Amino acid sequence: MSTLEPTALPDKVSEEMEQTTHPGRPRRRRRRSAAGDAARAVTSPWASLVAVVIAVLWTIPTIGLFVTSFRSQLDIQRSGWWTSFLHPGDYTLDNYTQALSSTSTSNIVQAFINTIVITLPAVVLPIFLASLAAYAFAWIPFPGRDALFVAVFALQIVPLQIALVPLLDIYVNKLGFGASYWSVWLSHTIFALPLATFLIHNFMKELPGELMEAARVDGAGHVTIFFRILLPLLTPAIAAFGIFQFLWVWNDLLVSLVFLGGTPDVAPITVFIAALAGSRGSAWYLLSAGAFISMVVPVAVFLGLQRYFVRGLLAGGLKG
Amino acid sequence: MAPVTLAALPATILPEPLLRAESVGGKFALMIFAVVVFAVVFGLVLLLATLFTGRRGEQVQGALFALPVVGLLGVGLVYPALRTINQSFKGRTADGPYSLENYATMFTSPDLLVVLRNTAIWVVLVPFLATGIGLLYAILIDRARGEAFAKALIFLPMSISMVGASIIWKFVYEYKQTSRPQTGLLNGILKLLGFETRQWLLDVPLNTLMLIVVMVWIQAGFAMTVLSAAIKAIPDDIIEAAKLDGVKGMAMFRYITLPSIRSALVVVLTTIGIATMKIFDIVRTMTAGQFDTSVVANEFYNQIFRYNAPGIGAALAVLLFVLVIPIVAYNVVQMRKEA
Repeated sequence: MSTLEPTALPDKVSEEMEQTTHPGRPRRRRRRSAAGDAARAVTSPWASLVAVVIAVLWTIPTIGLFVTSFRSQLDIQRSGWWTSFLHPGDYTLDNYTQALSSTSTSNIVQAFINTIVITLPAVVLPIFLASLAAYAFAWIPFPGRDALFVAVFALQIVPLQIALVPLLDIYVNKLGFGASYWSVWLSHTIFALPLATFLIHNFMKELPGELMEAARVDGAGHVTIFFRILLPLLTPAIAAFGIFQFLWVWNDLLVSLVFLGGTPDVAPITVFIAALAGSRGSAWYLLSAGAFISMVVPVAVFLGLQRYFVRGLLAGGLKG
Repeated sequence: MAPVTLAALPATILPEPLLRAESVGGKFALMIFAVVVFAVVFGLVLLLATLFTGRRGEQVQGALFALPVVGLLGVGLVYPALRTINQSFKGRTADGPYSLENYATMFTSPDLLVVLRNTAIWVVLVPFLATGIGLLYAILIDRARGEAFAKALIFLPMSISMVGASIIWKFVYEYKQTSRPQTGLLNGILKLLGFETRQWLLDVPLNTLMLIVVMVWIQAGFAMTVLSAAIKAIPDDIIEAAKLDGVKGMAMFRYITLPSIRSALVVVLTTIGIATMKIFDIVRTMTAGQFDTSVVANEFYNQIFRYNAPGIGAALAVLLFVLVIPIVAYNVVQMRKEA
């Protein structure tokens, strides 16, 4: 999954990302661009129309389910969600109450908590491990370093499917983890390491070497340098990867499914919703509310930290 | 291979209370415990590192810093991958004598041929459709009013889970007989136009295309974001120079924009291609691979966890790996060329 070098981001990209995160801020002078000219050549009204059509096509499916999540169970079965705009008084929060109540099928609140418990360590662990290794790969010479770094980098191409079953065997038969969080924490950490090490290494390599030399002259060891100098400077890179990994783990289905086997007391919300869709595929009052409950956190993270998310994407990560 | 079941609980290296927790408080305590355990191990590595000084010591320190990552990857990725490759040659149940049986099955069994065909359709259609739409949209809204908002609309599907996206689209495809009031948007439109309603997720081969739509919906935002950044990075002087030469409109796009964003295009196409190759969540959530919609990653899961055929599952995982390599290789070669 190696893509753009994070350091190769042109100035204008970050400038653009600034604009994306602050939509309300006054824009700087608009420059003309080649693409803009191409669009203008298609005569502006048509260009706008096509853009609006795409935007509408991309939004309507979500709106449809969102509206549905506020309709009564009976209304959902009886009529299309688009007809509900004629009776704006009929919207209700019942579906959310039902979905959140502990009696409904098995418990969505429990699944939500499981997702949080799974996600936090699965984000923190790879960040620290990868930063430490990246520091060694970037700034401390040791025998075999370059070969090892290339190997770590190359592991990005290995699809995680190829490791799942033997890994499960190790967890269950060697470590005795069974369906516990430990299997998922470790797996997410392992699968994240090649990308994390690669990204953080690239950012680290960009830092001036004099910084490290000056600190060494002052008698600082590598441990001090790592904590005092590098970690603070790496915040943007770590934030970019952290948010990316957060969304990856929060939204993951396969890893949890394999290592937790859908056991309700440990299964995360994606597994819960997927199981609900399988067993009660026509219970749209539960499915719609459940789906949006599962989306609240990632969408909030996305809206709040869009800048870092975009940077992470441009730097070479994509879920899957 | 010993059968892997989660129910079997052999001796464990961790006592039960540190392995599982029932209550909410217990779960969070377990989570904090895990981070603390990790912090202690992390601290020990660093402490150990400070013991080594001098030139030699520095080398040891470097190796120690890299050790956790290299060790975890070795045990958790390289060794399992090698074992999977090994198992793929040991017959259907992965414990027989060495043979090419699983690979033969993969390329001859009618069911699995459908799986391979479907994956091919996905990998051809998704990258090009998602990239095409993303590029078109990036160009259309470039420096338009409300650009940030317009981008967020297309980009939002990237942030939600594929399971969530599948639920959203399953509802769009919802089927009711033509005579009844429609609840699915797509069939609602068909009925409005006077057509019979359709079972979008049951009718072969239409259903695979319907699943592909979901992936395109998710990935177009990624394509749009990367390509938009690339478009904005084209230096102004190139554009000005082209204008002085009288280049405009579509010619500008063809001769200036397109060549300038070539490397970004390759990156987007290959990245989406790889993600599509491994597609699992959408197929599993929407059809569970029934009605001829299965793809390699989904079939991999089914063979191992449903059909009790870990050997065939392993062979499918190896196939996935082998198929990804040329895409990555192409990506790297292209990046070298640009550099």
